[in-house]
Amino acid sequence: MFKLIKYLKPYLKQVVLGPAFKLFEAILELTIPLLMAKLIDNGVKANNPSYVYMMGGIMVAIAITGAGSAYICQYYASIASQGFGTSMRNLLFKKIQGYSFNELDKIGTPSLINRITSDVNQLQLAVAMLIRLVVRVPFLCIGGLIMAMTINLKLSVILFITMPLFALVIYFIMSRTIPLYKTVQKKLDTLSVIIRENLSGVRVIRAFAKLDKERERFSKGNREYADMSISVGKVSALLNPATTVIVNFGVATILWFGGIQVYHGTMTQGEIIAYINYINLILSALIVLANLVVTFTKAAASANRVNEILETQPSVLDRAGSIADVQSAVNVSEEMPLIEFRNVRFTYDGASEYALKNISFGIKSGQTVGIIGSTGSGKSTLVNLIARFYDTTDGQILINGTDVKNMKQQNLRDKIGLVPQKSVLFSGTIEENIKWGNEQAQENDIYWAAEIVQATEFIKQKPEGIEAHISQGGANLSGGQKQRLAIARAVVKRPEILIFDDSTSALDYATDAALRRQIKDNLKGLTIIMVTQRVAAIRDADLIVVLDDGEIVGIGRNEELLKSCPVYQEIYYSQRKSEVAHT
Amino acid sequence: MKSDAVKRLGRYILANKPYLLGAVLFAALSNILMVAGPFIIGKGVDAIAGKEQVDFKSILNIVIIILILYLVSAFFQWSLQVITAVLSNRTVERLRKDVFDHILEMPLRFFDQKPHGDIMGRLTNDMENIGEGIYQSVTQFFTGIISIVGSLVFMFVLNPWITLIVIVMTPVTFLIASFITRRSSKMFKEQSKVNGELNGYIEEIIGNQKVVKAFNYEERAQKKFEEINGRLYKCGRWAQFYSSLVNPSTRLVNNITYVLLGMTGGIAALAGRLSIGYISSFLTYSSYFSQPINNVTSVTAQIQSAVASAERVFAVMDEEVEKQADINEIELKRTNGNVRFDDVSFSYVQEKPLIQNFNLDVKEGQRIAIVGPTGSGKTTLVNLLMRFYETDRGYIYIDDKSISKISKDSLRQSFGMVLQDTWLFAGTIRENIAYGNPEATDEEVKKAATSANAHSFIKRLPKGYETELTEGGSNLSQGQRQLLTIARVMLVIPPMLILDEATSSVDTRTELHIQKAFLKMMEGRTSFVIAHRLSTIKEADVILVMNNGRIVEQGSHKDLLKKNGFYKKLYLSQYENT
Repeated sequence: MFKLIKYLKPYLKQVVLGPAFKLFEAILELTIPLLMAKLIDNGVKANNPSYVYMMGGIMVAIAITGAGSAYICQYYASIASQGFGTSMRNLLFKKIQGYSFNELDKIGTPSLINRITSDVNQLQLAVAMLIRLVVRVPFLCIGGLIMAMTINLKLSVILFITMPLFALVIYFIMSRTIPLYKTVQKKLDTLSVIIRENLSGVRVIRAFAKLDKERERFSKGNREYADMSISVGKVSALLNPATTVIVNFGVATILWFGGIQVYHGTMTQGEIIAYINYINLILSALIVLANLVVTFTKAAASANRVNEILETQPSVLDRAGSIADVQSAVNVSEEMPLIEFRNVRFTYDGASEYALKNISFGIKSGQTVGIIGSTGSGKSTLVNLIARFYDTTDGQILINGTDVKNMKQQNLRDKIGLVPQKSVLFSGTIEENIKWGNEQAQENDIYWAAEIVQATEFIKQKPEGIEAHISQGGANLSGGQKQRLAIARAVVKRPEILIFDDSTSALDYATDAALRRQIKDNLKGLTIIMVTQRVAAIRDADLIVVLDDGEIVGIGRNEELLKSCPVYQEIYYSQRKSEVAHT
Repeated sequence: MKSDAVKRLGRYILANKPYLLGAVLFAALSNILMVAGPFIIGKGVDAIAGKEQVDFKSILNIVIIILILYLVSAFFQWSLQVITAVLSNRTVERLRKDVFDHILEMPLRFFDQKPHGDIMGRLTNDMENIGEGIYQSVTQFFTGIISIVGSLVFMFVLNPWITLIVIVMTPVTFLIASFITRRSSKMFKEQSKVNGELNGYIEEIIGNQKVVKAFNYEERAQKKFEEINGRLYKCGRWAQFYSSLVNPSTRLVNNITYVLLGMTGGIAALAGRLSIGYISSFLTYSSYFSQPINNVTSVTAQIQSAVASAERVFAVMDEEVEKQADINEIELKRTNGNVRFDDVSFSYVQEKPLIQNFNLDVKEGQRIAIVGPTGSGKTTLVNLLMRFYETDRGYIYIDDKSISKISKDSLRQSFGMVLQDTWLFAGTIRENIAYGNPEATDEEVKKAATSANAHSFIKRLPKGYETELTEGGSNLSQGQRQLLTIARVMLVIPPMLILDEATSSVDTRTELHIQKAFLKMMEGRTSFVIAHRLSTIKEADVILVMNNGRIVEQGSHKDLLKKNGFYKKLYLSQYENT
């Protein structure tokens, strides 16, 4: 938790002044009873009405000043805690965006989102509490203790016995409840999973007529969660009664031993009253302290989770001295392949088996290359390596003769237009989505890209045209429309290399063919890499790479592979056989 | 509406009457003892008058009384909190169960239209909120009121006139509190709106890092994020500031009350109407008074938000459920698989008619393929057949029994269904395959997996059939997930089959293998096949070509090609390049 303290530095003023004003308020608050005593002693007892009015006036003024400084403290607390949270979120977001997929896969998106949101909120709360209470509570404890000791040193022994007792009780309760709270959280997670599964799997559940079973499963989870919450409640409910008992046992002992002292004349009745008041003050402050401890334990857990993000270094990094522009870096010869895989091997973090092995081949500038293979054969992994979403485990990938690991990620990705498998669109207009590819794109560029990807027609049908709004994930578009916009987004970039990661599956064959023809005609010299399951899409490619179980089992043109590669033949005929038989 | 939610929630709480009564009893007992405490301690102090004037005997008595009193009251206090925890958790458990069961009875329309995150929120966060509201209102609000009234009574006995000051000042406290809460609640609303926006953006950008990175969008995303975050800072800051004013403000009012009491008490004492001892008890009670008032004001916000949550929860309960089972409905035990659509019309939205006057006669064992562009109503036919949706007009018959007269469970169990959407739940692979028949032996599960072509990949997993799937099966590829759902149907093999784009996410080579298994499964069974790839449906007995909710053509593959119509166009568009 202390590692995060440095991020509070910009709020030094608030962090110092806030507690100072709070302290001031506490001091003022303590003086009111003292002044009241004076009012009674000097005003009422001495029969002096004007003194009563004066003291009353002073006390009201003090109360108002106290409230005023409390307001100032709260003001500072709001600035510092919310400001801290805001800059923490900015920092985390930036850090996460710098991660490569190794880290994203490892921590997982839902967890990352939770850390930016609820964990930071927890820390924010802790900062606010820190400013409000961290000075006030010890002040009340220590101040009360000192006052009590000045009244009577011997009786303070009682305080020194009760306070550790109190700490012991807090420790006992917390050490029991904190693990229990974790179990409660887990039970709630289980319950949420059941609910979510029932929402998303409603068709299957009904199709299998499993409603009763699901009801039972939910009932069980629901019951277990309630039971667990109740058993936590039983333990945590001990805190308040236990402190009341301790405080009043202290009071009772003071009555007895105080009585002895009064009897011997070393103490007065009034001092006993004051003493009891101070005990109440100290111990009520300790209860606040207990709550503070709970908040900070939670915050410490959150701080760890946040720290983990801040300390995880991305595995794909720009090396110092990364080459900015490849073209100028080496002499690019005519014969040199644009992209070259040299003995590439790749294993996902934590996986026992390789995903790609012995991958070596070259792609010349302007070529169209198809990559084909079954589900899970490593096609997508292969293209992910080109854009450095992951770095190779062994071997090299060269672009124009330069190892991609020596290139700046940003420059590398500027060259590449990627159309992912899942057509992800973002909330915003069609225009904004296409502009992802090129911030500077003008309206005519956007229409140009839309025309190429055969999207003009459906865009025109929308009353707002390219200004039409797309909801998150593109929920208001059909699969084919989303896919075409995702392609337009890559095309408007005018990249050197265009990668289709199995991304035309939602298009019918006619549209698909027209789209590919348009791309060929409009983007001269473009190198295209096409990951696909459809032979038709790559039959005319300059080069086809056939992958099976992470290895290249065939490479060449369609005709060659049909003769030499059994896997390719199998794929080819699986898609042609029936229609050969019928037409 | 609001009071309605409170009333209904009240009914749920009252269902646990014993706990509620217990809570009331314990609250009263522990509070009475607590209020009596200072009085007894005061007596003890009185017994210590001065040097050699200490009544040790009565002190001992008082010490013992105090010990017993607080032990007993602590026990009651603990019991109160425990019993309230039971009350609130049991109430919420019951409510959550009822809402969940209600949702399970809801027509599919509900699941298709309502955002799932929203329903989740109502079943989790809102429920937590309600539980917390019940707990706080019983332990704080309720006991707070008891001690306020108790202290008022004590003060009234001491001096009714000065008590008036307290009675006048109390509403002031509540007025200030509500004034501030109104301000802050506006800010809180704004804050939760911006917070939602920010969370949505985080989810969008972090969840789609691949696209973000591919387009070098990181800096632009950061800029947008910081802009939203900046707005969150502004309203978050003011929301926090305003709401944090409540406490110092009520404290200010309390302090002023305290001072006013001291002054008027003092003046009254000067006039000989009050003793000094009385003033000090008065002051004690007035500070006793302020604590519960603070508690009550800070709990009102909690209660308000619990009521708001209750409204959202009961809104779900008010959604209409599916048509309930008819007492006369029949169980579909054995079926030959004759299916007849008789003049069926249906639409999801009233203004947009989808299926109109649809007729179809399927003989037992026939294979029906349904093709057509996206949105043409292919899946809708399946929805009607399974009674996920009810027809608007017309009837569907199975073996001459109208399906609206057949129990939904037995109707659905007579269909085996594989959907494009692969649904797996958190559990082992074995449990997922055996979903339709949990009693299946390992042999049967293995056999089903083998015929679905899933066995080979399952056995390569580190734990084989016992591999735990995360929710939604996200640790498997889309194709592997699909194979598991196919294996699930292979295990039960009901009399009729529905394959809705079942192989669309599997590559063609694997598809060929599964296709064989499907063919075997379909032998002698009436089956409905919806497919994107036309190659998979050529062997069907009847092909229905749908467009805009209507059957535009109908016949065998050969007949339809001869017809030279819509089907031929579709077919050629798929194959002109191959």
